Amino acid sequence: MIAIKNLKVDLGDFLLRDINLDIEQGEYFIVLGPTGAGKTVLLEAIAGLYPVVEGGIWIDGREVTSLNPEKRGVGIVYQDQILFPHLPVKENISFGLKAMKCPTRDIKPRVDSMAEVLGITPLLGRSPPTLSGGESQKVALARALVTEPAVLLLDEPLSALDPETKERMQRELAEIHRRLKVTIIHVTHDFEEAVALGHRVAVLNDGRIVQVGTPEDILRQPNSEFIARFALSRNIFAGEVSDAGDGDAFIDIGGIKLMGITELRGRVHLSLRPEDILISREPLQSTARNSLEGTVTNIADRGAVMYVTVSVPPDFICLITRQALKELDLRKGVKVWTTFKASAVHIF
Amino acid sequence: MTRTRLWRKPDTLSLVFIVLGTLILLFILVPPLKTIFSSSAGTLWNTLLDEKVYSSILLTIYAALIATLIGLLLGVPLAYVLARHEFWGKRFLEGLIDVPIVMPHSAVGIALLFVFGSNFLMGKFLNNAGIGFVDEVSAVVIAMMFVSVPFLIDSAREGFQAVDVRLEKVARTLGASPWRSFFRVSLPLAWRSILSGSVLMWARGFSEFGAVYIVAGHVPFFGYRPVTAPILVTELFESPGGLGAAQPLTALLILICLIVFIALRTVAYKGKKA
Repeated sequence: MIAIKNLKVDLGDFLLRDINLDIEQGEYFIVLGPTGAGKTVLLEAIAGLYPVVEGGIWIDGREVTSLNPEKRGVGIVYQDQILFPHLPVKENISFGLKAMKCPTRDIKPRVDSMAEVLGITPLLGRSPPTLSGGESQKVALARALVTEPAVLLLDEPLSALDPETKERMQRELAEIHRRLKVTIIHVTHDFEEAVALGHRVAVLNDGRIVQVGTPEDILRQPNSEFIARFALSRNIFAGEVSDAGDGDAFIDIGGIKLMGITELRGRVHLSLRPEDILISREPLQSTARNSLEGTVTNIADRGAVMYVTVSVPPDFICLITRQALKELDLRKGVKVWTTFKASAVHIF
Repeated sequence: MTRTRLWRKPDTLSLVFIVLGTLILLFILVPPLKTIFSSSAGTLWNTLLDEKVYSSILLTIYAALIATLIGLLLGVPLAYVLARHEFWGKRFLEGLIDVPIVMPHSAVGIALLFVFGSNFLMGKFLNNAGIGFVDEVSAVVIAMMFVSVPFLIDSAREGFQAVDVRLEKVARTLGASPWRSFFRVSLPLAWRSILSGSVLMWARGFSEFGAVYIVAGHVPFFGYRPVTAPILVTELFESPGGLGAAQPLTALLILICLIVFIALRTVAYKGKKA
């Protein structure tokens, strides 16, 4: 359990202020915000790496506001280049145990078992510069987790990875969290990451928390320009994969089934870009696998482009040009067909 | 390979620059090489066996080494502070640190006498503590240190700056005290820069003439009263033997510098590869 009350951190040219958060034991908590919002500063303040001007931080009921980082029981994992390059993987992981004066005979078993949990046993003898991005990230996780921190702080842990590795690591983070039941505070600017991993999300903008809630709450009633813009840029749904075969899968999103391409099974999220959806007055004969009939419920004018909301239900936001709107004679209440390819459905 | 092969397109610019470059290279290389190759190996060996010569070389090596060790002890912490902290007047301070490099070295000697001479503050203090200064090994060490320590501080600072501060932060959250984080993370990662800075400092101290000449002409050293090697070279040159008398020792000193220089480059090169 982490409690942060009226926290203020002053970096001279940047101010983090009025931060109030209560994070439950074992929660996967996301701090979401654009670049420069102060996400890293917040994490580092929790870790004790920045002096706090006002307010306080409690970890498991103990006030840590003025404690040194080494006394707080937090682990931190940064985005990139975060392993000690001069130490082999094994010694990177045992670094914390040695610093905490863990009895020598316990070090090896603890390192070995953590390496097994993360599936990095074969990497133990390697040197950090020889590891891939995903491998380095797992070693960094092991190094933090082996000290059994009260909270694990992740600073954009997936942002430096290529898309494929990123997706795999994202699933592994969820799995690690499920197995070890560690409290995690994960900062990111990536909304899909937040939706896929977070129990709750705090939106940080310009040094202040503007909204806290479940990913769905935040998406439905965005309280900040950053999220509102994002909410318009993606249709995001939660769903469940059913009738999966050979890469193709049907995803049930509450009454309707969409076709997508994924190896994932069970509960998933999916996103669909508004510009990937075609609108027509009649059903289209095409190679696109998804075709749904709905009613236009809203038309938002954004200058050159128009955002048309089509309620199937659920609501799909579609991006079309002003000219297309005129030619199709779209108005509120009109019945239309929405069509999009299975490959346009991003499942995560 | 993105580098252009010079011989494939010998345009005018490349040709002119190659000629100019060759001139300056010859200017740098010919005098020392001519000095070395003018003496036979036998002459060099016999010169080295001369008590006056080897005791002066040993004194110079020894004093430069002590200066470097003191420089490490006092300079590395300063370098770390400069690399990690921002404070008012930092740029100015960094400039001040390099002043010894540009000061006339005879002036350095005089300035040191004003502080360490037996009539002055530090000199009196050292005298009372039983440490003499003028014409002692300690004077040689201090003169060498003054002119050479900026090289170590600058190089160590650059080394620490290249260490990602987040590595230290991670070490702290893993339970390491600031001391442990410094000795287990920052220092090992910056050591190549510190080492090459040390070699540079040692070599600069070894070759110092002016400041050492002013504060310590002749110093007692293991029973002898030798002078440092660069001073001995000057004395030999001013002796009746002149240029010829100074030549073998000069060759020896150039050889020592070459060896140190090659060692330095090897360290730096391995650092880049890792």
